[in-house]
Amino acid sequence: MSSFSVTEPSKRSKWFAGSLVILYAVITMIPLAWIMLTGFKSPADAISYPPKVLFEPTLEGYVNLFTTRTRQTDEFLAANPPETWYEDIVRQYDMVIAGPSKFGERFLNSVIIGFGSTFLSIFLGTLAAYAFSRFRIPLADDLLFFILSTRMMPPIAVAIPIFLMYRQLGLSDTHLGMILLYTAVNISLAVWLLKGFIDEIPREYEEAALIDGYTRFQAFYKVVLPQAATGIASTAIFCLIFAWNEYAFAVLLTSGTAQTAPPFIPTIIGVGGLDWPAVAAGATIFLLPVMIFTVALRKHLLRGITFGAVRK
Amino acid sequence: MSETPVSRAARATPPTVARKIKGLSDRAIAWIFVAPTIFLLLAINIFPLIWTIRLSFTNFRANRLNREVEWVGLRNYERILTDTDIWLNMQATAHFLFWTIFFQVLIGFTLAWLINKKFKGNDLWTTIIVLPMMLSPAVVGNFWKFLYQPQIGLFNYIIAFFTGKDPSSFEMLGSVDLAPWSIVIVDTWMWTPFVMLICLAGLRSIPDYIYEAAEIDRASKLRQFFTITIPMVLPFLMLAVLFRGIENFKMFDLVVQLTGGGPGSTTELTSINLKREAFEKWRTGYASAYAIILFVTVFGLASIYVKALNKVKER
Amino acid sequence: MKFSKLTTVSALSMAVASLGATAQADDLTLCWAAWDPANALVELSKEFEAQSGHNMSFEFIPWPNFADRMLNELNSGGKLCDLLIGDSQWIGGGAENGHYVKLNDFFDAEGISMGDFADATVYAYSTWPKGTPNYYALPAMGDANGWFYRKDWFARDDIRDAFKAETGRELGEPKTQKEMLEIAQFFQGREIDGQTVYGAAIFTERGSEGITMGVTSALYPWGFKYENTPGAYDMEGAVNSAEAVEALEFYKEFYKTATPPGYTNSYMGESLDAFKSGQVAMAMNWFAFFPGLYADPNTGGDKIDFFVNPPQNQAGSTLGGQGISVVAYSDKQDAALEYIKWFANPEVQQKWWDLGGYSAHKAVLESPDFVDSAPFAGDFLEAMGAVQDFWQEPAYAELLLAMQKRIHDYVVADQGTAQEALDKLIEDWTETFEDEGKL
Repeated sequence: MSSFSVTEPSKRSKWFAGSLVILYAVITMIPLAWIMLTGFKSPADAISYPPKVLFEPTLEGYVNLFTTRTRQTDEFLAANPPETWYEDIVRQYDMVIAGPSKFGERFLNSVIIGFGSTFLSIFLGTLAAYAFSRFRIPLADDLLFFILSTRMMPPIAVAIPIFLMYRQLGLSDTHLGMILLYTAVNISLAVWLLKGFIDEIPREYEEAALIDGYTRFQAFYKVVLPQAATGIASTAIFCLIFAWNEYAFAVLLTSGTAQTAPPFIPTIIGVGGLDWPAVAAGATIFLLPVMIFTVALRKHLLRGITFGAVRK
Repeated sequence: MSETPVSRAARATPPTVARKIKGLSDRAIAWIFVAPTIFLLLAINIFPLIWTIRLSFTNFRANRLNREVEWVGLRNYERILTDTDIWLNMQATAHFLFWTIFFQVLIGFTLAWLINKKFKGNDLWTTIIVLPMMLSPAVVGNFWKFLYQPQIGLFNYIIAFFTGKDPSSFEMLGSVDLAPWSIVIVDTWMWTPFVMLICLAGLRSIPDYIYEAAEIDRASKLRQFFTITIPMVLPFLMLAVLFRGIENFKMFDLVVQLTGGGPGSTTELTSINLKREAFEKWRTGYASAYAIILFVTVFGLASIYVKALNKVKER
Repeated sequence: MKFSKLTTVSALSMAVASLGATAQADDLTLCWAAWDPANALVELSKEFEAQSGHNMSFEFIPWPNFADRMLNELNSGGKLCDLLIGDSQWIGGGAENGHYVKLNDFFDAEGISMGDFADATVYAYSTWPKGTPNYYALPAMGDANGWFYRKDWFARDDIRDAFKAETGRELGEPKTQKEMLEIAQFFQGREIDGQTVYGAAIFTERGSEGITMGVTSALYPWGFKYENTPGAYDMEGAVNSAEAVEALEFYKEFYKTATPPGYTNSYMGESLDAFKSGQVAMAMNWFAFFPGLYADPNTGGDKIDFFVNPPQNQAGSTLGGQGISVVAYSDKQDAALEYIKWFANPEVQQKWWDLGGYSAHKAVLESPDFVDSAPFAGDFLEAMGAVQDFWQEPAYAELLLAMQKRIHDYVVADQGTAQEALDKLIEDWTETFEDEGKL
């Protein structure tokens, strides 16, 4: 495209458009920035009026996020001087650290269930997408639409029979149960996206391989998969983000052992009152990986979003 | 039912190719590749759906296993459709749906149009704008509750700063008039980028030569906008509306964290109401009927909409 | 290859799990709400761990999610909790649906007598059907809704004079509900030490049980009844009696004229925050929090005092509190019963009270030192003498949600009149009892 093209906007309109977009971007970032700032405030600073932008940063929120604390008698406190910096922080309130909080476990659950379900959806989804792409399947379009339409159900509606089924099978509040469920939800989008990516790979490559004496399976494994790697990666990111963020199923079908972070973070409370810095610290730790991911992999991600939607 | 498409697929595969290949036949491969997905969907999507339909005709309660389950026919459906409170929930949902889509389309399209001016660094700023939609709605909703606190919350403070009102004089989440808007604001903040991205894809799909031709015809920029840009982007925009519509009809996590349906029942969207019936009151049969009604509604509206969309595309 | 690795790992973990099961020491999980007394229980339980060799872990869930999460857990047959300190209203469902282990045989075998526990608590926390000697829990934590106030403000001469000038009465602990409202209104918007303060923090929470627990603290003193004849479910004329309507209107007036701004969805946490931050002169909350409030460095000590929910037509307090039950789905019921046996011990009960838990054991409550052991101990006994509880039916959650909706719609969202709210509540409840086959 030449710079003389009539479709190329003028310098002034570019500048104007740019400043408006940047303004919107800045406004949209304020709530996220506020979450991160609040994580470094003391509880008193967090609820001060007017809201404080400048404050003395403290790791109190993070300490409270990862520990449980109890009040202790003066004698006990005097007899046991604090040994570490985080105990120092807790002592300001005449409390001692009683043990680790559940946040670590819940975060780990999110990781296990997120990666487990992503792996499974991509594994099954790639196979199915390949079959839909390469073999002539009558009714394929209907079947594909049907697969996608299962996403229209409100999660609560799906959760009713799943709840009953999992109770029967002993899958309630287990990692396996959540992995299977998230896989089932994700697989529709995964097949849909992956079929598009595989469709783009010319058939000639495989046919050449088949003629060279590869089996169909080898051709799939050695020719198609490497070609589809980028597509698979961006689909995987989508699946991971869905599983990472999911709340409705998690809150209804897990209670402890397999509970993920999203239903847990809103229930973080302090000793005798709400502890916003701890909530903010938890939210920051939980949201930051996704934000970094998004910025780092923006090319694939943004393409995936529009691609998935527009193809339909 | 489960094996028909696959076996047909296998049959449809040309036998000549199949014979040429060593190892597994294509027929077998098609079967092996598709079967697990179909099986998983049957087990976790279809079978539960059928079960839900069955339950919807009973008075079953998942917390009362010792009680005898009776068939009640259409009674659950009748009760739901004649319940005025549920119609109020539907109204709250419609309000939420309409206004979120309205603002998201308006802002999303404007942003896409501006970004399409291809100013320097536009892709980085696009990414930053996209960030909110990547985040967990429950976690974000929970934190917005803090931003909305009267007096100490940042949102009230900023509004107060610009309007000169007392920041403790209004309650975004607590007042009957403002609460429905408070959820619209957060949803718009979160999902405008989605509409924006799809519009952007639409704008970028318009080939330059169309504008060049219009330029030769001396059509004004404004005229070009209404005769080329808008009609060409419209199918994309309608698609974005469809997706947002379906998603927001299902909306649960964000709003449950923000208002929990309150004050009173002003922001009790159907999903929240359904959750109360199914998992707090444990009226499983009743809630199943409710779920089916919601599903049919979304599916029906979406199908009509898709037909309209196809007509627009054909034009 | 990967598969074989996976199988080894799972085989290993299974081996580890079975090892754990055969060993003497069990890992017991106790589930309760996340609040001050729960921390005290952790402290108390260390003694049990040392004695028995069992390991205790705890799952404490914040109040707004507690009922939801735990009832979901029970209904899904979950094994998360071996011991559950469940709310008093769950006992009907816990017993009828087989979530709780019946404890009669165990009590008999171990010589634990329910006669040793305060009668009101046994009735409320342990028995189902109500009042029959069928026990599904041991009273763990007595509790009722009470009030506390800023004693230092109440003692200040300038404030006392202003109050006298305004009302013609001396400022002091209110003797009736209406006096309490008058005091709250007096403080509402008043400037104290340069800060605007408000009347009182009351419960208005919508999601779980907040506003019901708050409004019943007005309903009971006015003489509210759930049924005309106990057990007959005849609610017409009881639930919507003239007294009930008046009490509900009173609660709304209280909410509108004497609470801090933005107080539309508040429960225990918000009440504590409002009081501790010096925003309110009075606040309602459960007795369970009183030890913590008394110990608070800023607003505790001689700045705080406590009073029982004031009477109006009669005395009446909203019952809180819980019994401890063994979950029927647990694999470690024997160890869980061991814990209950240890917990029922009078010495442990005494220590429980000392640490900040409200023992229901008569040896503690009837001891001559009890009333003077804490500034709220006497109030606690008085409150427990006139407590009433919400429906404890197996359908309790449904009944509660209906009340939450009707009351919140009327009080906070300004819909309809008090009479209409209560009439609709009867309709909802009637429907529930019809579904239950009780009407």
